Amino acid sequence: MPPKNKDLLGIKDLKREQIVEVLETASRMKARLASSPQKLDDLKGKAVINLFFEPSTRTRASFELAARRLSADLLTMTPQASSLTKGESLQDMVENLEAMGPRLLIVRHGSSGAPGLIARHTKASVINAGDGSHEHPTQALLDVFTVCETLKITDYGDLKGLNVLIVGDLAYSRVARSNLFAFRKLGARVTCVGPATLLPPGLESFGARVGTDFDRELPGADVVMLLRIQKERQEKLNFPSLAEYTRFYGLTKERHARMKPEALIMHPGPINRGVEIDPDVADGRTGGGARTVILDQVHHGIPVRMAVLSLWGARE
Amino acid sequence: MKILIKNGRVVDPAERRDGVFDVLCVDGKVAKVGKGLPAEGVDRMVDARGWVVAPGFIDLHTHLREPGYEYKEDLKSGTEAAAAGGFTTVLCMANTQPVNDNAVITEFIVRKAREVGVVRVVPVGAISKGLEGKTLADIGQMADAGIIGVSDDGRCVMDSALMRKALQYARGFNLLVISHAEDENLSGPGSINEGATATELGLPGSPNAAEEIIVARDIALAELTRARLHIAHLSTRGSLDLVRAAKKRGVAVTCEVTPHHLMLTDEAVRGYRTEASVRPPLRSAEDVAALRKGLKEGVVDAVATDHAPHASFEKEVEFVKAAHGLVGLETALPLCLRLVEDKVLRLPDVIRLLSAGPAKIAGFKGRGTLKPGSDADITVFDPGAKGKIDASRFRSKSRNTPFDGWPVRGRVHYTIVGGKVVYDEGHFNS
Ligand SMILES: [Zn+2]
Repeated sequence: MPPKNKDLLGIKDLKREQIVEVLETASRMKARLASSPQKLDDLKGKAVINLFFEPSTRTRASFELAARRLSADLLTMTPQASSLTKGESLQDMVENLEAMGPRLLIVRHGSSGAPGLIARHTKASVINAGDGSHEHPTQALLDVFTVCETLKITDYGDLKGLNVLIVGDLAYSRVARSNLFAFRKLGARVTCVGPATLLPPGLESFGARVGTDFDRELPGADVVMLLRIQKERQEKLNFPSLAEYTRFYGLTKERHARMKPEALIMHPGPINRGVEIDPDVADGRTGGGARTVILDQVHHGIPVRMAVLSLWGARE
Repeated sequence: MKILIKNGRVVDPAERRDGVFDVLCVDGKVAKVGKGLPAEGVDRMVDARGWVVAPGFIDLHTHLREPGYEYKEDLKSGTEAAAAGGFTTVLCMANTQPVNDNAVITEFIVRKAREVGVVRVVPVGAISKGLEGKTLADIGQMADAGIIGVSDDGRCVMDSALMRKALQYARGFNLLVISHAEDENLSGPGSINEGATATELGLPGSPNAAEEIIVARDIALAELTRARLHIAHLSTRGSLDLVRAAKKRGVAVTCEVTPHHLMLTDEAVRGYRTEASVRPPLRSAEDVAALRKGLKEGVVDAVATDHAPHASFEKEVEFVKAAHGLVGLETALPLCLRLVEDKVLRLPDVIRLLSAGPAKIAGFKGRGTLKPGSDADITVFDPGAKGKIDASRFRSKSRNTPFDGWPVRGRVHYTIVGGKVVYDEGHFNS
């Protein structure tokens, strides 16, 4: 069933059942991909525009592949911020694209709220592919999907008893927000830990437990989700040095050894090796302990985004 | 020239008058307030039965945008908006292009406003040249040209030594110093309050402390220099507590609050609504409650609009890129009357905050009251008239308001400046 919301701007706006529907659809997509190498025709004859104002090879490629698998007519645009400063507003640009009659606009933008602004000026369904420090809904959906696939959870709507630990930059991370909302809506317990300077006010009001002591929370976690540290933006301002960050919030070999053996390690990528996570832990080269599912996350990006595109693309 | 306003409810808080009276204006001054004044020899009669006759409103904080940004507003459209809102005097801020930091610009504003303006315009000069916070503007020469105070509004004077000098120097010319209190290092790019809403939206928030630090600093400097300090658009509970305590100690500090900070919380920016992007940002419900209490207790001296018109292309953009501010002249009275409905204030309090309060801060003798001998600056409005705020009908050139569509009460029928009816049931006569 196509979703009621015209756009997918964030997990915050989704109901629990809608999240479950995406995950179930993704599961079917995954099975269809596995059983037949042929393209699906969910988006046949429909134009999809990938509009990336911010560079992101991985997310862009993942959406492109998902759209192609669904036989969409795909156009990818990577406007430079500079072309928009020459007097052309986002609004003007979207009104021009509108003439091409796209069914879906996939938008990545450096400013929080920009996809919503675009959505107001287009009839197409806008899929937020990450905006500023706001949300990155498809990343959260693929993260939940990965957790469910790996832990063999089939009832997506019931993650009660699952302890999710989100570590690091809660202040600027859109991945953190979307995951916090998604896991909470599905019933999991979510704990946010990081340097106090990266814990914005109000996280508790979204149902998270909040703390600064990674070591205390680590042994109880079923999922440890490490957030990318944007070095250029953070160092000096929010913590003294990367070395100090790693000492208190890095997933070192020593910390890895103290995790539950069945727990999962996730990272939205790209990884700063040796900062958020020890290279050997990241690559799964350390024996025992929790599993690293970073590549599974990438892998599951395709069926999850196919699910999103086909569901939102089916709206009339 | 004689005007007689008959049978209105005359509310003059400065004179503690509230009752049905006639008001006679002769040659630009209020001549008499009384019952059954004779109509002989009167040039114009205004029947104000059922309506309120109040001292003309004075806005301490308006951005008229001329010179330089006439596409947003100019002296004509801005003063028309003022008249339509019941304002008879507006103080206009210095952040024009070029900046009003010298007597040439001040003289231009005064002269042009006299030619095309509908209401009185009193410029506020810049504190620092170019609003750069580095060296003092030509404060004395601007005083000669007509400013009544100085402010770098839009920017904060971050250099405490310069702010001290400004207060000392301005005192020598008996000028008011108006503080835009915002620690710019702390507030960053935020035009949203730091809190759960900012976190959810992924927007950089500005904490209350960014304002309170500067309020505390400027009070300390006013104490040091014994100058007259006025805090513009005060928005937090903590700032109010600082002002309250300073007043108790006898510091010459006053403050204004805007209607939007009294009516909205940071929730209003949800959905990245740039119309609600203002500086200081809309705060928490707790702050709004404290500001309302401050109005009631008299700690807040005036309501000021911070009328900040912007073109739609400056607002229909990404939230962090959006221009800050909203248009306020035409919505101030109806929004304040909501405070009467909410039982926060009585009608005479609203009028005091819009007339006698600001007149006292600005040092206007013979304004903000209807006492005989005063300037015949008068607003006649129907406080009960039901309506909706309709941005498409603003007299301002700009439409940026978060209040569009709000059901409100209160309609201005006549605005009289210096004994001349300048706004007459929707029409202007300059
Ligand atoms: Zn200001």
